[in-house]
Amino acid sequence: MISFNSIQELIDLANERQSTIGDVVLEYEAESSMKDREMLNKSMKDNWRVMQESIARGIANHDKSLSGLTGGDAIKLSAYKDKGYTGGTVMMAAANAVGVSEVNAVMGRIVACPTAGSCGIVPATLSAACEKNKNSEGEIIDALFTAAGIGLVIEANASIAGAYGGCQAECGSAAAMAAGALVQLAGGTPEQVGHAVALAIKNLLGLACDPVAGLVEVPCVKRNGFVAVHAMVAADMAMAGVKSVIPVDEVIDAMDRIGRSLPRAIKETAEGGLAKTQTAKKISKRIFGK
Amino acid sequence: MRGVFDIVGPIMIGPSSSHTAGAARLGLMARKILGEPVKKAEILLHGSFAQTYMGHGTDKALIGGIMGFSPEDDRIRNALAIADERGVEYTFAPIDLADAHPNTALLKLTGETGRKVTVGGASIGGGNIEVTRIDDFEVSLTGEYPAMVVVHRDRPGVINTITGVLAQYNINVAFMRVSRRTRGQQAMMIIETDDELTDDIIAACQDNNAIETAFAIPAI
Repeated sequence: MISFNSIQELIDLANERQSTIGDVVLEYEAESSMKDREMLNKSMKDNWRVMQESIARGIANHDKSLSGLTGGDAIKLSAYKDKGYTGGTVMMAAANAVGVSEVNAVMGRIVACPTAGSCGIVPATLSAACEKNKNSEGEIIDALFTAAGIGLVIEANASIAGAYGGCQAECGSAAAMAAGALVQLAGGTPEQVGHAVALAIKNLLGLACDPVAGLVEVPCVKRNGFVAVHAMVAADMAMAGVKSVIPVDEVIDAMDRIGRSLPRAIKETAEGGLAKTQTAKKISKRIFGK
Repeated sequence: MRGVFDIVGPIMIGPSSSHTAGAARLGLMARKILGEPVKKAEILLHGSFAQTYMGHGTDKALIGGIMGFSPEDDRIRNALAIADERGVEYTFAPIDLADAHPNTALLKLTGETGRKVTVGGASIGGGNIEVTRIDDFEVSLTGEYPAMVVVHRDRPGVINTITGVLAQYNINVAFMRVSRRTRGQQAMMIIETDDELTDDIIAACQDNNAIETAFAIPAI
């Protein structure tokens, strides 16, 4: 029976079996859910299909959300992507992520990854990587299992919920999942996956979850775009050979301690940070009448 | 540790796993508990649900759910209009349920044949739910397992009768809870199982004069 409670255990298992981390995670799921690998691969393909649909809809989205606060930015990014400082692939990832997040805000269909608030980051980066490197669907599915394994370890040792750990738990976890998956897609080793996860989390530690009017829109939608780029840089650093000084599981431990010590006002309560600005208060009054 | 598809997944209609996907699941569970199409719904919202339901589409998700839409169904976005077309009446009002979970709703449903049920429950995060009340009984149901609700007289041997039927059909019990209001009066058994509960099983459970009613709630 395969079990793991840390990223290091995932790395060791992948090395022992001479497989990817994704394959270890798939085997774990097959054993624990008593379903066969083929069926699980099929379920993950369904997720990937919905992710791709949400990207396609997102980068063409003109609709505004129920509150009117978001909608229409992904299409702007998509049109501008080849003119920017950062280059087509990075800007495409940002546009994809904002797009998926806009689809979420207009009550469209998305895959929570790990949450609805952070749903743009993993699909956006994998899709942009796939476009650049022409990865096969099988490689993408394997990378999604890797992402899931990273998320499982974070949830078991810290949190993936903004209400418990602030935004580091949502967008931070998504960045870690995306960065690890991107390293695997680029042909990196399990150790490099671990470094990418550590680097991605370290630079989002302590991030506030302070949504305006309590809605999954401001700053969430644009943040998905920023964090997609962040995940790509973390993956590139790890692939270039940059190592995290603090081992990945210690980083996750720090994330847990920071999440616990963050004030309640910036843990999804809309009682602090951006949510308490003059403008946010006006917006909230307009939408909810108080 | 949870499963892979709790992290990459679920597929859902946005914007919020707790305020939209969970609300749809709660509505869907209430619909399954009623056991027939809903004609009228009086929905009371507590806490965060009451404060922010419009911005998260919680109202649309709950109404979609009671019409049988799953949390990934595109029609949720237009659920209120669809309800109007179908002649499903609904109202929303705030309620103060003191220290209940902040995302709690109370759904008072009337079905096509006039059957009524009150279902209370909370969206507890990540799209997961807990039904905490059916009519006047305290329950605990997640919708993750097929379940059976048995309303029966509070007297010795009834539990044995029901579990005997389940054993006969080779059904494994995952969770079970029995509650009553007054000793010797009406009681309720909630049984969550690993296997689907067929009509035969429900009929066999009903075949006892201590049983008022028994019905299955499929997993959602």
